[in-house]
This record gives sequence, structure tokens and C-alpha cells, in this order.
Amino acid sequence: MSVSLVEPLKVAVLVFVASILQVTIFSQISILGGYPDVLLLTLVAIALLRGSIYGAAAGFFAGLIVDTANLGTLGVTSLLLTIAGYWIGRYGETTGRDRAHAPFVSVAVATILVQLGALILHYLLGDPVSARTVLLETLPPKVLLNLLLTLPVYALTRWLLGLARPVETATEVRLLG
Amino acid sequence: MLLSLVLITVYFRESASGGLHGVQSAGATVLRPFEIGANRVAAPFRDTYGWFSGLIHAKSENARLRAQVDKLRTEAIQNVNAAQQVNTLRAQLHYVGLPRFPQDYRPVPTDVLTRAPTDFEQQIGIAAGSSSGIRVNDPVVTPDGLVGKISHVAGHSAQVTLLTDANNAVAALDASTQAAGLVSHGEGPSTLALDRVQKSAVLNEGDTVVTQGFKYGSLSSIYPAGIPIGIVSGASNSELDLYWNAQVAPFVHFDSLHSVIVLVPKRRPQP
Repeated sequence: MSVSLVEPLKVAVLVFVASILQVTIFSQISILGGYPDVLLLTLVAIALLRGSIYGAAAGFFAGLIVDTANLGTLGVTSLLLTIAGYWIGRYGETTGRDRAHAPFVSVAVATILVQLGALILHYLLGDPVSARTVLLETLPPKVLLNLLLTLPVYALTRWLLGLARPVETATEVRLLG
Repeated sequence: MLLSLVLITVYFRESASGGLHGVQSAGATVLRPFEIGANRVAAPFRDTYGWFSGLIHAKSENARLRAQVDKLRTEAIQNVNAAQQVNTLRAQLHYVGLPRFPQDYRPVPTDVLTRAPTDFEQQIGIAAGSSSGIRVNDPVVTPDGLVGKISHVAGHSAQVTLLTDANNAVAALDASTQAAGLVSHGEGPSTLALDRVQKSAVLNEGDTVVTQGFKYGSLSSIYPAGIPIGIVSGASNSELDLYWNAQVAPFVHFDSLHSVIVLVPKRRPQP
């Protein structure tokens, strides 16, 4: 199998496993009223390590698996994770490149924005939502748990993706205007 | 992004028998073995955690449960006598009633496979579907009490909307005082509220709340009467309120459901 196919395949397997583990195991681990989102952590790691295109594609694929497994509205989780994956990927390719704190910043911001986005999306779809419960009661412990798991998940993803090959990043910047 | 928006739009607009729903059901069937596998791998770890977690509260819980057993033993003896009387009187009167729980239902015990990834969806996925006779709106329970109802069915899996979902409510009554009301989601996660109870009715803290199982004309509750829901943990009313403002502590631990029982009616009402 050519090298160009190995990497997307690795990412796909990683996202698939993370999605299954999230819907079957981690969604049921309630600590302090929140639960860890290992799927989002894996997505953040993939996007930071492999860029925005991988991030967006992985986010869409992950969302599709989650919505299918839960028999939920198809596309809702895909939309949220696609945007999150792309945005984190762009951050990793530009400002966050080679920054040690990038995974932590990305996880904290992505957790909050995905939760906020889900709140808005479900509200638009006519689902009854409680902003107080979601933003004040479950979001803080979720952010905390995600931050605690950021380092191990990031390190594991990095190892599984085998980062022997250098990441293709921008080598020069062209000023516009 | 565009593809996601198209998926949302098509899925939202089509009926439950639409093409995308069919694809999703097929996808859920394909994912089912992986979910079962993940649950089996996680089971020993989950059990170990549950064992240690249970040890922490074991002593205080033991004392509370001993007191509860004494109280319930007395009630059980009284209930057996009352049940015998009721059965005798029903037979003498040729009483025609609603489907009764559990004798008029076939239990389908099944594993909980998935849980919705966000706090907006109080739903779980189970490992039994239409192939086991399950249909939409079938009640779902555990030995502790009412869990919710079936909201979506695929061939070998189904989605259960929990009682804590904002879209779900059940007609209920106080088993001691017969005060009737509506149990729905509470303020916090995994909490319930008892609403629409007339202020003239009596509601006491610690009373058990069970399903009412009403029938009004052609309308009847999807839940049979007598399924335990929880206990009244707090009740208050003011001059301005029309109804009691009561909280219910559910018997079911909605955060840690590993298996449930779907109640399939032995005789389904004709549409």
C-alpha cells in the first residue's frame, strides 16, 4: 500500500475507534456532573498534528459515526466536529505551530465552542435545551476532564500516527497587499 | 460543512421511513458488533470502579437500607393481603381494566450500547430492535423503575428517550395519597419534577410516585399503571402557584444504565 494511503487509513481507524469508545464507554462516565470527550481530544490531536483538511475530514467522519450509533439527527455532530477540526487544524498550521501549549488551548476552546455550537444548533432545530444546565453545570467539569486527558490522548495519537515523517507545514509566508 | 447541512436538512424533513433513516438504521446495525465488543471490554473495569465506589458509601447505605427493609417488610405483608382482596373482587365483578404491569407485557431485557454524546439528548441506544418485537413508544424500565420510552427503532437496535429528556413526560400519581400529576425533567441533570398536582391534593415528602396509566376516550397512556418512578424529595406551594411545586428523586440512576427491560405489550391496541 502506498504511503499516501496509509496515513488517511490510520486516521480513519483512529477516529472510528475513538467514536465507538466515546459513545459506548466515555459518555457513560459521569464525574462531577460532566464526562470526558475523548473523541474531541482525538480530533484536536489529529487536526494539530495533520492540519486542517485532515481535521475537517476526521470531524465529519467522527460525527457521522456518532449520529449513526446514537440514531440521532444525522449531520448535527458532523457539522460541529467538521468546523472544530478545520479551525483547530488552521490554528495548528499557523499560530499554534510548535507551541507546547497549543493542545491545551485548542482543547479548552474547542470544548467550549462545540458545546456552545451544539446548544445553538439544537435550539434552532427546535429541541428543548437548558442553557443553564449545559453551560453552567456540565461544561466546567467537562473542560476540566478534557484538559486532564489532553496530554495522554495527544501523546497516544502522536505515537499512533507515527510522526517520524515531518509534518507538511508552511515554510514561507507571502504578505498580501 | 455543506454536506453536514444537507444531511441535517434531509434527515429533519423526511419521515421515519425515509431513505436516510434507512441508511442510518443499516449503519447502526453494522456498528452494533463494535459497540457490543467495546462494552464487553469495558465491563470488568466498570465493575471494578463500581465495586470501589460502592465501598465508600457502603456503611451509611447499609444503615439506611436496614431501616427501609423493616418498613417495607411491614408494607409488603399488608400489600399481599390487599392484592389478594383486589384480585378476588376483580374476578367477582368481571372488572375490565387497562393493560396491567407486568402481567400484560413481555419483557425484553437488553444491553445499553450507546449514550448520546451531548447533554441536549437524553437518549441511550439499546441492543434490541424491531426483530425482538419492539415498537416506537414501548415503555422501558429497569428493576428499579421507569426509564423512558422507545423513540426510534432499527432492526437490531433502538433508541430510548429517557424520562429526563425535556420532550418526555408521564402521567403519575402519589402512591400513598393518589395525588395525580405529570412527571417530567427537573432543573438539574438526572432530576425529575412533579407538576400539575392540584393544591387541594395531598403531597408528602418521601411518598413513592408511580405511573398513572390513564385512559381517556381513545387516548391512553403508553405507560402501564404502577411502575415506580421515584420518591417526592421536596414539595412546596405558595399563594401564587396554581399547582404543587414538587421534585422527585428518581429510583433509576440515569447516568449509569448498563441494561434495561423493554415492555412489549402482549396485545397491541389496533391503530
